[in-house]
Amino acid sequence: MKSKVKFGIGAGIIVVTLSCLAYVGAQQSKTYYHTISEIPTLSEASLHQRLRVAGDVKAGSIQHLAGRVDFVLMEQGKGLPVSYVGTDPLPDTFKDGAQCLVEGKVSPDGHFVAETLQAKCASKYEAAPGQAQPAAPAYSGDPKSKS
Amino acid sequence: MDLFGSYALLLAFALAIYAIAGGIAAIITRRPLLIKSARNAGFAVCALVWLGFGSLVYLFFTDNFAMAYVAEHSNRNLGSLYKFSAVWSGQQGSLLFWSFLLSIYVFSALFAYRGKHPELMPYVGVVLASVQLFFLTLNNFVASPFQVLTLPGAGGVLHLASQADGHGLNPLLQYPEMVIHPPVLYSGYTGFTIPFAFAMAALIGRYPGEKWIHLTRKWTMIAWCFQSAGILLGAHWAYAVLGWGGYWAWDPVENASLMPWLTGTAFLHSVMMQEKRGMMRVWNVWLVFTTFLLVIFGTFLTRSGVVSSVHAFAQSSIGRWFVGFLIIAIAACLIAFLKNRDYLRSDNQLDSMISRESSFLFNNLILLVACVAVLSGTLFPVLSEAIRGTKISVGPPFFNRVNIPIAMFLLFLTGVGPLLAWRKTSTESLRKNFGWPLLAGAVAAIVAVALGLREFYVTLCLLLSAFVTFTVFSEFYRGARVISARTGSNIFSSAAQLTMRNTRRYGGYVIHFGMVLVFIGISGQAFNQDKQMEMSPGSMMAIGPYTLHLQNFDSDQQPNYSSERATIDVDKGGKSVMMLYPQRRFYPSNEESGTMVAISSTLKEDLYVVYAGRSPDSNRPVIHAYLNPLVKWIWLGGLVVVLGTILALLPNRQAVMVMAPAAEGSPAFGGDARQPARASISARSQLPKDNV
Repeated sequence: MKSKVKFGIGAGIIVVTLSCLAYVGAQQSKTYYHTISEIPTLSEASLHQRLRVAGDVKAGSIQHLAGRVDFVLMEQGKGLPVSYVGTDPLPDTFKDGAQCLVEGKVSPDGHFVAETLQAKCASKYEAAPGQAQPAAPAYSGDPKSKS
Repeated sequence: MDLFGSYALLLAFALAIYAIAGGIAAIITRRPLLIKSARNAGFAVCALVWLGFGSLVYLFFTDNFAMAYVAEHSNRNLGSLYKFSAVWSGQQGSLLFWSFLLSIYVFSALFAYRGKHPELMPYVGVVLASVQLFFLTLNNFVASPFQVLTLPGAGGVLHLASQADGHGLNPLLQYPEMVIHPPVLYSGYTGFTIPFAFAMAALIGRYPGEKWIHLTRKWTMIAWCFQSAGILLGAHWAYAVLGWGGYWAWDPVENASLMPWLTGTAFLHSVMMQEKRGMMRVWNVWLVFTTFLLVIFGTFLTRSGVVSSVHAFAQSSIGRWFVGFLIIAIAACLIAFLKNRDYLRSDNQLDSMISRESSFLFNNLILLVACVAVLSGTLFPVLSEAIRGTKISVGPPFFNRVNIPIAMFLLFLTGVGPLLAWRKTSTESLRKNFGWPLLAGAVAAIVAVALGLREFYVTLCLLLSAFVTFTVFSEFYRGARVISARTGSNIFSSAAQLTMRNTRRYGGYVIHFGMVLVFIGISGQAFNQDKQMEMSPGSMMAIGPYTLHLQNFDSDQQPNYSSERATIDVDKGGKSVMMLYPQRRFYPSNEESGTMVAISSTLKEDLYVVYAGRSPDSNRPVIHAYLNPLVKWIWLGGLVVVLGTILALLPNRQAVMVMAPAAEGSPAFGGDARQPARASISARSQLPKDNV
C-alpha cells in the first residue's frame, strides 16, 4: 500500500510539472483563429494577439514587392489584404486560387501582416464539398458521396 | 469490366455481415460447422477485398481515364512505380488500401489460428469482421473509388465520359519514399486491429489467463514496427521533399500517427507486468482499446478536415462516419469492460518503488501523458472553441515544452528499467548496476560542457544517451562473458548466442539503443543554422564550414516534368568537396511545381540546399541552405529500431549450455522472475511460444 501511495505522489508531481510546462507552452504559442469577416469586429485587445486566418488567394492579387509579398485573401466574398513578410520562401503551392493559411497580426490600417504562410492546392486533387471540379469534364458518381 | 472491383467489394460487404451474424450464432449455438462457416466467410471477405484492390491497381496501370478516381490521380506519363502509389494517393483509394492491408492481417490471423483456441477465435472473427464491415461500408457507399466519369447531356441525363489523360499525381508524392511510406504506416495502423480484436474477444468471452497477451504479442510488435518505420519514413519524406529544412512540425497528421505509437509502446512494456506478475490487466485492456481507437481517430483526423493541416485530405462528409464508428467502438469497449471487469482482477500489488514494476508504471504514465498532451494540442482549436467560443491553436513550443522533458525521462527509464529487479531492488545492487553507467553519462556530459556545449536539454540528452548506451552494452557484455567462460567461444559469438536465446529481451535492448540514436539525432536540432540568398552564376554563400559557389543553371526535359537545376560547388577549407544539384521541377499535367532538395548527409551534419525559387524583385534564383547537425542519426536509429524489432520477433533458440542462474551478475539477468534457469539438450529446438 505504501508503494502505491509513493507512486501516486511521484505520478502527481510528474503530471503537475508537465501541466505547468504545457500551460507555459500554450501561452507562448497560442494563435487565435478568425474568419475574415470577423476581423473588422475584433476588439482593440485582440488585435495584439497572434491571429490565424484562412481563405483563398484572390486570382491576380499576388504582387511581389521589395521585402514582402502582397495579396488578397478571400473568404465568403470578403477580402483581406495581406502582406507576407516572413523569411521563408513562398511554398510552391502558393498561387492564384490556392487555399491559404496565414499567421500574424493585424496592423492599425487593417492590413494583415503575416509571418508564416501555408498553402495547399487541395482542389486540384480532391474536390472539396460543394466545389466545382477544376478540370474540364465534371464528374458525378454517387451523389451522396459528394455532398 | 471496369466496375469488377466494385462488385467484389459489394460481395465482401455482404459476406462481412454474414461473418458477423454467423459468428455470433456460432458463439451462441457452439455448432462446429457454423464456426467453420463464419471463419470461411472471413477468409472470403479478405479475398474479395484483395480482388477489389487488385482491380483498382489494374485500372491505374491500364490508364483507364473513364474512371473518375484514376483520372484525378494519374496520367499517362506517370512512371509505373508512381502509378502504383497513386492508387492510395486520394481519399477513396487510401480507404480501400486500408481495407486491403487490414484484410491481410485478418486473413493471417484467422489462418494462423484456424482450428486452434475454439473458445476464443469465433469472438476474434466477429470483432475483426465488424471493423472490416465499417471500412467496407465506406469503400462501397461513401467513398467508392469505382465511380465512372460522366458528363451531363441534354435534358440533364448523364452520359459516360472519358478523358484523354488524367490530372496526374501530386508532385509532392512523386518521390520514392511516398511509394513506401503510406503502406508502411498503414500497415502499422491496421495492424493494431489484431491485438484489439483479441483483447475484446478475451474480455467478452472471459477467456482464461494471459493467453490473449501471448497470442497477440507478436502481432503488436509487427504493427508497432511498421508504425515506427512509417513515422520515420514520413519524417524523412517531409525532410527530403518539402524543402523547409525540418522533419517534424507537430502537424495534426503527424500527431495522428504518433499517438497510437505512444500508447502501443506503453502497451508493449506493460504487457510484461501482466505476463510476469499478473498485474495491470485492466490497464492493458484499455491500452489496447485506446491504441485502436486512436488509430481510427487518426484516420478520421486525416480525412475529416476537423483540424486544418497542410497535408490532410480535403474536407468531406466522411468525418461523420468515423465519428459514428468511434462512438460505437467506445461504447462497445465500455460495455465489454463494465460487464466483465471482475475477470480482470490483478494477482499482485506493487511491492516497491524501486522495482521493475514501478519503472514500467512510470514509463506507462509518461507515455500516456505525452499522448494526452499531443492529443490536446492537436485538438486545441476544437476544444477551445467548444469551451470558450474562440478557436485557438497552439504551436510547436507547446508540444516541445511538454515532450522534451518526457523524452528525457523516458530515456532515463530506458537505462534504469532493465537493470531493476522485479518486486524489489536492493540498494547494493543499485550501486553495483548503476555506478559505471552513471559515471559514463557524467563523463560524457562533462566533456561536452568543457567543449563548449551550453544547451541544457542537449547536455542532458547526451548524459542520458551515454548512460543508456552503457547499460545496453554492459547487459550484452555481462551475458556474453558468462557464455564465453563456459563455451570458450569469443565474446562476439557469445553475444550473438545470448541474443538468440532470449530474442525478446535482447531485441528490446537493440530497440532501446536505436531510440538513443534517434534522440541524439533530434537533439542536433538545437544547433540548426540556415541562410538564404539570391545567387547568380559566380556568387558565393558561406554557411558553417562550407562555402557554396553557384556555377550555373541548366534545364532538363523529362516525359512527366521539366526541371531547372542549379550546379553548386561546395568548398570546405578551401578545397572543393562535392557538387550539389538542387532542382525545381514543373509538372505540366497538373501545373504544379516542386523542389528537389540536394542533401549531403554525414554523421556529423547535413548540408541541405534548396533551390527556393526566383526572387520576386530581381528574378534571380534564391538558394536556401541549411546546416542540420546529426540528422542522419535519426534515420540510422530508425533502422536499428526496425532490426531490433525483427530480432525480438525471432523465436528463441534453446541454450546449448546451462544458463547462468538469475541471481548471478545482474538481478535482472534471467529476465523472468518465474522462469527457472534453462537446461537443455538440443541447440536448435525452439522453446514453446508461451514461454517467451
